[in-house]
Amino acid sequence: MTRIRRIGDAMAVLLLAAYAVPFFWQLLTSFKPDALLLRLPPLVPTQLTTVHYQAVWEKSVIPRALGNSLAVAGLTTLLALLLGLTAAYALARLPVPGTGALLLGVVAGTAFPQIAIVSPLYLLIRALGLRDTWSALVLANTSFALPLVIWLLTGFIRDIPEELEEAASLDGAGRRQILRWIVVPLVAPGLASVGLLTFLTSWNEFLFAYTFTASESSRTVPVALALFPGVFEVPWGDIAAASILASLPPVLIVVGLGRFLVRGLLAGALRE
Amino acid sequence: MTRRERADRRTGLLFLAPALLMLGCVTVYPALWVFWLSLQHRIPIFGIVRFAGLDHYAFLAFDPRFLNAARVTLVFTAVSVGLELVLGLLAALLLRRQSAGRQAALSLLLLPWALPSVVTAKLFEWLYHPSAGLVNFLLGGRRLNWLGDPHLALLSVILADVWRTMPFVALLCYARLLSISPDIYEAAQVDGAGALATFGRITLPLLRPVLLIALLFRTLDALRAFDIMFVLTGGGPANTTENFTVYAYRSLFQTLQLGLGSAIGVVVFAVVMVVACGYLTALRREGVAR
Repeated sequence: MTRIRRIGDAMAVLLLAAYAVPFFWQLLTSFKPDALLLRLPPLVPTQLTTVHYQAVWEKSVIPRALGNSLAVAGLTTLLALLLGLTAAYALARLPVPGTGALLLGVVAGTAFPQIAIVSPLYLLIRALGLRDTWSALVLANTSFALPLVIWLLTGFIRDIPEELEEAASLDGAGRRQILRWIVVPLVAPGLASVGLLTFLTSWNEFLFAYTFTASESSRTVPVALALFPGVFEVPWGDIAAASILASLPPVLIVVGLGRFLVRGLLAGALRE
Repeated sequence: MTRRERADRRTGLLFLAPALLMLGCVTVYPALWVFWLSLQHRIPIFGIVRFAGLDHYAFLAFDPRFLNAARVTLVFTAVSVGLELVLGLLAALLLRRQSAGRQAALSLLLLPWALPSVVTAKLFEWLYHPSAGLVNFLLGGRRLNWLGDPHLALLSVILADVWRTMPFVALLCYARLLSISPDIYEAAQVDGAGALATFGRITLPLLRPVLLIALLFRTLDALRAFDIMFVLTGGGPANTTENFTVYAYRSLFQTLQLGLGSAIGVVVFAVVMVVACGYLTALRREGVAR
């Protein structure tokens, strides 16, 4: 019985690995020498090389783009958590007028399509002279992330028992101190989940980054990858290496911090 | 109202202010502005700015390209969301039986979902390569031009999108499956219910709310999909993969018709809101949402 069970488990993992083949195929492609790239069969190449990674690292804008993406996604996550946490605490615990209406607006905000505001935002960013800057992308991404961040954190804060805060309040702690010393440590896992989701969304964001950047050096990774240059023919090997580099943070997050991600995702969809 | 309540209220407004200011400036204000833009003839490179009233909307009502975009949006949404729900449910049922290696299985499942959509587009562009692509090789050395053939392009884009988003549906269903008490299944077994009856009479009804939520989220996402078709096909060939969002984007930033593009953006906004309200009413009737 256990033997059948174990075979079943292995089969399921194999099936899911087969599902992920498009990614693994790109990984393999990124190590194939040019001579073998456009030939199929053989499925498994006879020799491997790192020339594509060297080319991408030394001759393309990808390293610069990785830096831009890291900065934009990191700053977006920090700002969204900061603004989102205080707003969520107010909505969860403080007697703010119109809390219900605000929460409804926040839910509606999560469904907002980017395309509907990209044209006025473009004019706004151009007027403020923010084209080609990290600030433009951080502002746009934070604003887009905020509804989900507020929604999730409000739920997480409501889940913690209020008695601790009341006790601290009786001891003379103000709301600011309560938020900092009692609420933040208690919702830390929730903050991690929300932070990871925000980071991933910002790392993957394409439409705003494509629209609000003009020069090569200010591109984020998705934009640099979408516009990856080829002179006479498409450099499939280099593109494969660049896509693997662009996938590194998401892959690390899924493999290393998957359970936080799952928690955030489920809370976002199942909490009503 | 006590002094403490008043203080709390003031603190609450202070705590909310930065987020509301941000949302007001970067989302609400542009959302109102876009309506105004959609009522204008605005072509920046020629310095044309002129009030147009409802001209753009009247134009769109009889614009064959807009009707084509509506058809593409509809087909893309219906087919990709349908496939995602079926495949996601199957993947969740498969995962539920897992005892060892659950962590590895979950990581593999979430991988396609976590990748940037532009990366997904590049993976599939390579898989669909006419002569060196894995897809044609696995089909026995065919030479199908997946992205260049007007009959195949939309299907190719849909498959890439399904690959990327099915894990989300699978995860939701899986979480719900885990929370079903095993007692129910034992009772069904005692009563002599077969596997099919158990699935149809117990599992599926219990999953119904979660499937509806997945349907809502995925439909809203699919209606405003952009990255995957923009990078994979750019809306071509012959506009066969051009949905509302791609048409809007091309009008805005390729032919630089800011007014017309904004009008299409407004339409996308309206469609998403109508669908969201429709689903929420349905969910409320089901007793899923308050």
